[in-house]
Amino acid sequence: MIKTTADTLDQFAYFLKNKMEKAFSEVGQIVLFFSDSFRLLFAKPYRFNEVIKHMEFIGNESLGIIALTGIFTGLALSFQIYLGFKLVNAVNLVGPTVALGISRELGPVLTGLIVAARAGGAMAARLGTMRVNEQIDAMEVMGVNTRQYLVGPRILAAIICMPLLTAVFDFVAMLGSYFLCVHLVNLDEAIFWQKIRDTMEVRHINEGLFKAMAFGLIFSVICTFRGFNTRGGAKGVGEATNMGVVQSMVMIIISDYFLTNLIRIFYLSIGTGKM
Amino acid sequence: METEPAIRINDLKKTFDGKEFVLKGINLEIPRKSLTAIIGFSGTGKSVLLKHILGLFRPTSGSIEILGEDLNKMTNDELTLFRRRFGVLFQSAALFDDMTVVENVCFPLFEHRRDLRYQQVMQIAEEKLMSVGLDPKHFNKLPSEISGGMQKRTGLARALALDPEILIYDEPTTGLDPILTEMVDNLILDTQHRRPDITSIMVSHDLEAAFRIADYIAMLDSGKVLLFGRAEDFYNSEIELVKRFVTKGTSKT
Repeated sequence: MIKTTADTLDQFAYFLKNKMEKAFSEVGQIVLFFSDSFRLLFAKPYRFNEVIKHMEFIGNESLGIIALTGIFTGLALSFQIYLGFKLVNAVNLVGPTVALGISRELGPVLTGLIVAARAGGAMAARLGTMRVNEQIDAMEVMGVNTRQYLVGPRILAAIICMPLLTAVFDFVAMLGSYFLCVHLVNLDEAIFWQKIRDTMEVRHINEGLFKAMAFGLIFSVICTFRGFNTRGGAKGVGEATNMGVVQSMVMIIISDYFLTNLIRIFYLSIGTGKM
Repeated sequence: METEPAIRINDLKKTFDGKEFVLKGINLEIPRKSLTAIIGFSGTGKSVLLKHILGLFRPTSGSIEILGEDLNKMTNDELTLFRRRFGVLFQSAALFDDMTVVENVCFPLFEHRRDLRYQQVMQIAEEKLMSVGLDPKHFNKLPSEISGGMQKRTGLARALALDPEILIYDEPTTGLDPILTEMVDNLILDTQHRRPDITSIMVSHDLEAAFRIADYIAMLDSGKVLLFGRAEDFYNSEIELVKRFVTKGTSKT
């Protein structure tokens, strides 16, 4: 009986060791993949056209869905906060609470999740298809550095577009909040804006935009890595896309907590960390 | 008369897991300005050997010298530059599906001939497409809008775009019907006649095509070269496996 328990523990330890080794090895591969691809962005030939093309896809083509989700997020969040604050007679604080929540948390996180699902999934699927159809091999044997041509521009485009999309999300969500507070539940318009002005600082918006850049980096690196290393035909493309999107979403949410703390420590260190 | 082979492979060994060797000591010299077919049953290491020649895989041991340059001594960046001297026609043609036929052929030119103007690139691309017998009415179609044969022609035009010194055909007729197979074989022969300065390598398990169009044939078995020679060397061979392969390969059609 004791021997069996020891064996089970051994097996579990062995299983854990293998999993940990695989995870660390994969993280190492992703870091190398990113550093190599990003470094090549600054080597000739420069890929400006590719960056613009991917910005058009990641940024411009995501605008509609970002605006739609933004306005309804603003409406729903404002309504919930209004209902709660009404109980404690603090409805005048709905505006600033929504503004802080949107600009620092919900804006970048929801934008990150939506764009990771839309553009990240497309990146993984596109690169995966190119891999299994030998298109990446074809480029490589033509003497084209595929990381420079296919990966680097996608990562840079995501890093540039994410703060811009987040700014759009923030703006539209606040329009939704304004509409609900002023026109649907009849709060005073002047107080609504005044309270927001009293509470909000530029750094709150910057915090969200910085997070958005980090989320852009995270989903683009994970999704391009998964797509670029796809193996095994159509099934492999599906798996790569699925893994890319799921891992991106999980990493965005996990990293959000650490980024929040990191930013807070930064502001404390420069003496502006009151909230 | 150049006697130096285009490709010299010495005792090439490759293992992916550190235990089982896919290539177990390949020794091969591919003559310049000729068409050499690399044949063998499935799983004998043809594709792995091809990827070593293209520099996509690094050998576990042994060396590959191409056009007098040792691939082992090259950095990844140097290999990328060196690959410009290759043209490859893939089994699936591997056309970029978001580009039109003519854009596919323009792609390597835009990448490596930055001295050329747009009109010059287009002109070269159209010439290459016409040289492989593609009708101009298909130039602006997407690869998904043309037939498999036309895709092969486009793939070959793209492979020839940079006037390569070495042209590689990776399983060019696998999965094609007999008519299309004959068309591709004739296309390869025609290219070899029009560009006799090119060293061509065809990886295939189509023995009949290899006998018909190749100058030399190398047969792989279990990660080694079983026999290298001309077609008659294969017909006269006493090696049991070669005899079996020749019998099956030529009785297929």
